[in-house]
Amino acid sequence: MASQWLGVNELAANVQTGKTKAVELVEQALATIAEKAEYNAIIVTTEDRARERANAIDASVAKGETVGRLAGVPFIAKDNFLVFGAETTAASNILKGFTAPYQSSVIEKLEAEGAICVAKANLDAFAHGASTENSDVFTTKNPHDTTRVPGGSSGGSAAAVVLDMAPFALGTDTGGSIRQPASFSGCVGYKPTYGLVSRSGVVAMASSTDVIGPLTRTVEDAAYIMNIIADRDELDSTTIERDPAGYALGANNTSLKGQKIGIIKEYMGEGLSPAVKAIIENSVAKLKSAGAEIVEVSLPSLPMALAVYYIICPAEVSSNLGRYDGQRYGHTNPDAKDLDESYMGARGTGFGKEAKRRIMIGTYVLSSGYYDAYYKQAQTVRTKLIQEFEEAFKDVDFLLGPVAPTTAFKIGENANDPLQMYLSDVMTVAANLVGTPAISLPAGKSGELPVGLQLMAPQRADRALLTLAKQTEELLV
Amino acid sequence: MISPEVRAAYKTTIGIECHVQLKTNTKLFSAVGNDAREAPPNTLVSHICFGLPGALPVLNKEAVHLATKAAFALGTEPQRFSKFDRKHYFYPDLPKGYQISQFDEPIIGLGSITVTIDGEPKEIGITRAHLEEDAGKSTHPAGKDYSLVDLNRAGTPLLEIVSEPDMHSSAEAKAYARELYLRMKYADVSEANLYYGNMRFDVNVSVSKTDELGTRSETKNLNSFRSVEKAVDYEVNRQIELLEKGEKIVQETRGWDDAKQKTLSQRSKENADDYRYMPDPDLPPIVITDEYVASIKAEMPELPDDYRNKFKAIGIDAKTIEDIVAVPETARLVSRILEASTPEHARRVAFWMMLESEDLDEAAAEQMTEKPVTDAQFIALSQLVSDNKLSSTAAKEVLADMLKTGTNPEEIATAKNLMQVSDEGAIAKIVETVLADNAKAAEDVRNGEMKAIGFLVGQVMKESKGKANPSLAQELIKKQLGL
Repeated sequence: MASQWLGVNELAANVQTGKTKAVELVEQALATIAEKAEYNAIIVTTEDRARERANAIDASVAKGETVGRLAGVPFIAKDNFLVFGAETTAASNILKGFTAPYQSSVIEKLEAEGAICVAKANLDAFAHGASTENSDVFTTKNPHDTTRVPGGSSGGSAAAVVLDMAPFALGTDTGGSIRQPASFSGCVGYKPTYGLVSRSGVVAMASSTDVIGPLTRTVEDAAYIMNIIADRDELDSTTIERDPAGYALGANNTSLKGQKIGIIKEYMGEGLSPAVKAIIENSVAKLKSAGAEIVEVSLPSLPMALAVYYIICPAEVSSNLGRYDGQRYGHTNPDAKDLDESYMGARGTGFGKEAKRRIMIGTYVLSSGYYDAYYKQAQTVRTKLIQEFEEAFKDVDFLLGPVAPTTAFKIGENANDPLQMYLSDVMTVAANLVGTPAISLPAGKSGELPVGLQLMAPQRADRALLTLAKQTEELLV
Repeated sequence: MISPEVRAAYKTTIGIECHVQLKTNTKLFSAVGNDAREAPPNTLVSHICFGLPGALPVLNKEAVHLATKAAFALGTEPQRFSKFDRKHYFYPDLPKGYQISQFDEPIIGLGSITVTIDGEPKEIGITRAHLEEDAGKSTHPAGKDYSLVDLNRAGTPLLEIVSEPDMHSSAEAKAYARELYLRMKYADVSEANLYYGNMRFDVNVSVSKTDELGTRSETKNLNSFRSVEKAVDYEVNRQIELLEKGEKIVQETRGWDDAKQKTLSQRSKENADDYRYMPDPDLPPIVITDEYVASIKAEMPELPDDYRNKFKAIGIDAKTIEDIVAVPETARLVSRILEASTPEHARRVAFWMMLESEDLDEAAAEQMTEKPVTDAQFIALSQLVSDNKLSSTAAKEVLADMLKTGTNPEEIATAKNLMQVSDEGAIAKIVETVLADNAKAAEDVRNGEMKAIGFLVGQVMKESKGKANPSLAQELIKKQLGL
């Protein structure tokens, strides 16, 4: 199915030259959103503000003023980005009624270049999940099979891109939340190096692994967006300097010859569905025939990554969710007779099951007497994992594997089995724990359902990874 | 009441935690104003102080700078590596549900300070000092069914200084608190205004008959040296009385009731809070280089001991030194006088300033502002005394005026007709009159009863309205009596 959208650079060029009006692009996006509302990809639109901004950009163009590198390009933000023009709830009842008084740094950067946010996409509440079934609003449907999940937690963003609602969407990836829905829904999902994109103004999930990245139709679009949003930000102390060469990809790509890619042994064995395995192997064959050197790489601590992640992540979640206490904004308990009732009422009815589960696990692993056995131990293994990735990257330029062990599962299939749901993250969490960049590329389909290929690079090698991803994308199409 | 014998059987052990508010312009992690004293509630608040979703802390470099200075003031250097941790608890004046503090890697490690107790030096160890943000302020209006929260103070930078349990009397505790205050003030780390709670002391006290430490109580939020002293005394008495009655000390937090002059139980620590400390993933560790430490060391102002040593060397007595050092402006003044002139002038100015500050209590001493007087005027005044142009009594009168108005001392003395008369002829005339009027005393002196000469000099001074140079007067009396 051909997209109604050109590449984001072309769209912006057309707006800059007056060939297309920003207003037309915004209306096109809003119309598609309305037309495909039954997929539940979008929680709310920011249409009034979007139209205003589009008109302002068109007026600037008419006056001959310079407009930005994303002038008039509509996009959709996951609802955990603080954005003007609508409520920001992170799909959680506890933030109902919360209107952001400031915007995310990423949104500011995109707006400064003329991009226009048209809607807020659905997610698992507070980004806790792999299917959007933990959303307090609704479950998003997979664009290829409405009985299945789109993946998560950025399921709304991935579905929105695949449904052609906007040329690109923003997601967050804490344990795979951009890549896994990109794989399940069939688009490009980019998880940058930790710290490359500012987290300021994005509802925190697990601060030490949260990253922000684009979901797009093409690698080129992802790189173009990265080139705009990646930078050190005074408002986020964990951000790093951008690559002086930038991230936008030129037309001429170097050959795959001389590139050494390691297949991650631990991801190709038990638990991987044969259909996914076949598609990954087919991708590998294509890379090999295009000249890449393919070797098998073993990362012995990898099987522990999921366990490590599900200790560190809930620990940080339990801490980060402490601020949602019903005292200053969002959901409150107006009938409370005293402070305890106020807290318990607000948090007890405001948080969903998964948030409560993670708060309890996180509180437990941080408790005195358990901290050393769980949290500290997990951090030790995390350090080991980082060392193993560093070792591996001394030998190979990139790592390769599946994104998820299966294709999109049925809505409801895992909803009552949190452990099974957590297993969906098994191949994505390592990149978050280690901080390396990783990308999910559409690699083929099993029946109607898309399958993603995951590529990883050393920390800060985002430019190289995007370059490789573009070459790979051309082979796989 | 406990008898001195019973009391002597117990050893008191005291450790003190002190929260020092750092004098940064903005908060520890947010670019909003740090001076909450006069601001209306919730006006010094950003998305960070308010704990909005997505808000991230950004460390104020000035806080690290001030902590580095504090390290020098505590006889040590900052740790080259330190990090921030989250301390979790729920309270409405803690917007994030956690306080950003430093748990296992504080910015300042082991240090020590020395105080003088009964003329003897006593070293008190510093365990650590760490940076942390203050919480907001809660008020609970009487009779109302609500509480109020003001977040102006939320995020104010604090340095919590933890002492070793090295103190064994209320006098030592008070001396430690005072010395800490002086050092923070001299190092220019804090406004160190006790009235505004810029320094708050938590005092841990235990008593024991054996070498094993007893169960301690913690009396929190003391904001004067006197209350530190009183609270320790009260706790020591209370604990010994309980133990003598065969009861046990409960480990608990107590508060100081200044009106009743007693400590009161606030909450028991039996169910100790579990703060679930974890490293704060939003803040990279603080890494301090040797070059940075050296550059801050170079800009360190002189500390109380520097002044004490300097003043001791020119023969100022210990009591005067402490009075002078109590007010940094005064110590700096005396030090400047010493540099610009002579030890004699410095000693004299020190003496004057000691008299000036002697009657002031802590609070008033703090409020003392810059004098409108230049160093040169102080020296000029002292020089008048050295030159016998002004008696020491008259000098004090001139000083009082000078401190108020900033007028030159000679001008004041002349206007007040206080300049000593060293004109021999004029004084000789007065002596003549006095001898004639006091024939008996004159006779006594002539007969060798030299005690009476003091009386005669006094009469001359009285006649001259204090202006006569007394030594000259004495000389002339003797001369006229043919001695």
